[in-house]
Amino acid sequence: MTMNPYRTQRIAFSLLFAANALILVLVGFVVVIIVQKGLPAITWQFLSDVPRDGMRAGGIFPAIVGTLYLVAGAIVFALPIGLLAAIYLSEYARDNLLTRLIKLSIVNLAGVPSVVYGLFGLALFVVFFKFGASILSGSLTLGIMILPLIITASREALESVPQSFREVSLSLGASKWQTIRHIVLPNAIPGILTGTILGLGRAAGETAPILFTVAAFYLPLLPGSIFDQVMALPYHLYVISTQVPNVDEKMRYGTAFVLLALVLSMNLVAIVIRYKFRMKKKW
Amino acid sequence: MRILREFIIEKLVLLCGLASIFFVVLIFLFLLREGLALFTTISPAAFLAGKSWYPISEPPQLGILPLILGSLVVTFGAALISIPIGVGCAIYIAEIAPKWIKEILKAGIELLAAIPSVVLGFIGMITLVPLVKTVFHLPTGLTALSGSIMLAFMAMPTIVSIAEDALYSIPKTYKEGALAMGATHWQAIWRVMLRAASSGILAAIMLGIGRVIGETMAVMMITGNAAVIPHSLFVPVRTLTATIAAEMGEAVIGSEHYAALFAIGIVLFVISFAINVTADLYLHKRQ
Repeated sequence: MTMNPYRTQRIAFSLLFAANALILVLVGFVVVIIVQKGLPAITWQFLSDVPRDGMRAGGIFPAIVGTLYLVAGAIVFALPIGLLAAIYLSEYARDNLLTRLIKLSIVNLAGVPSVVYGLFGLALFVVFFKFGASILSGSLTLGIMILPLIITASREALESVPQSFREVSLSLGASKWQTIRHIVLPNAIPGILTGTILGLGRAAGETAPILFTVAAFYLPLLPGSIFDQVMALPYHLYVISTQVPNVDEKMRYGTAFVLLALVLSMNLVAIVIRYKFRMKKKW
Repeated sequence: MRILREFIIEKLVLLCGLASIFFVVLIFLFLLREGLALFTTISPAAFLAGKSWYPISEPPQLGILPLILGSLVVTFGAALISIPIGVGCAIYIAEIAPKWIKEILKAGIELLAAIPSVVLGFIGMITLVPLVKTVFHLPTGLTALSGSIMLAFMAMPTIVSIAEDALYSIPKTYKEGALAMGATHWQAIWRVMLRAASSGILAAIMLGIGRVIGETMAVMMITGNAAVIPHSLFVPVRTLTATIAAEMGEAVIGSEHYAALFAIGIVLFVISFAINVTADLYLHKRQ
């Protein structure tokens, strides 16, 4: 017996809709539960105090500061290299084997498991360069990890600038670099900014790459130099969730909330920039 | 002067362009540098097929078969859940959903991609693990199944966004042709669009699986971390990634244990490399 094709279609479409609804409901559930249980834990003391009583009380200030340092360090390293790499791919590269290899490397760099970045950072920065477990080692590791994200986003932004813009500039006697510097880059800034902020969010949330390169289990002092260890929000959440017994649920949800709020607010900023840019775009 | 400046800038930009190749090679070299030392004391075959992982016993037993099987079991479970749901979501978003629903769904998927894995691990510990324990009457909810469910969820953004792109890039005329021949909308999707986009969808599935194999924090928090050979989805397992993350803190730099953890890193790197290169070939075949 063959089914009526329209009935099959109705069943298929309902199932497909259900798949989407399921994902959406689960995402909503995760966010709502963290906001609902985490928000009450947020007090000025929680945000500004050091962890006390074996991390069962007090606040998470050193972890917040640590994460901000790491993210800043990662972007200082990754943005210039990533942007120039994107300029190469968009403006200079020819369609040849080398370009193909570079693109394949970017894909691979994006696919390397985060814990393998941790191993790499340990072997290269901590042990080989003798930076020790430090902000410097952690930032560089995170920086290399977010490099593919920044290159891809910047490249897309640069390539979306119409070819005619470049042609006009060149025909007026500007050099290639002058054209890139004064015509292409300014028009691509919103896209580059969006990619950079998404990279910041990614770096802020990752745990595995900082496990052996910088993160301190418990360190109430703020760092004095880039060769110091720091606490970090994602690692702190891991520690109080699995390593320290009898931590009040409020502390865990509070930490999860701060981390999620930090990452999602960065994403939100990126989305707003992208949206505003689309509205303003004249071509 | 100007020619010189152009020349310098061009070389500088080229140098940064080459950075990605440089870093991929550097990662591999440093994994080898620290990991290959292991194979002076133990053969690669004994390492890959050894049935016991007791890194701190005397002498240490460094067989990673239980860890490989742990990763495989979790990945298999996650693939079983995430492939139908993920591809289904992609079809709905690309082909069926009205524009406003599409925007909401895409925003939801983007939101999911942004949530840090340690946060999902934490939520999984508190909600999913007790749920699995009660539903299946298990002594503990920290099982491969919990890991599979959580990882299926985490692979979703990768699968959905790439499969959706694949469907989206198929010329509209394919679908219009099918519809004009009297096919229903679903028949056109099932028999024409899915087939036309198959290599892109395959790439999406592979990259999703790559994401699952490489995932570390959430998996470490909810799979129980028992380094024994798993016989079902309902027992605690320890994956390759979780082993590195959990043990590197205690391993003495330069020790056999340390080298073994790097050797596991080599295995993971090779797997992710193979997956990404193959997926990239499939994606390019389409174009």
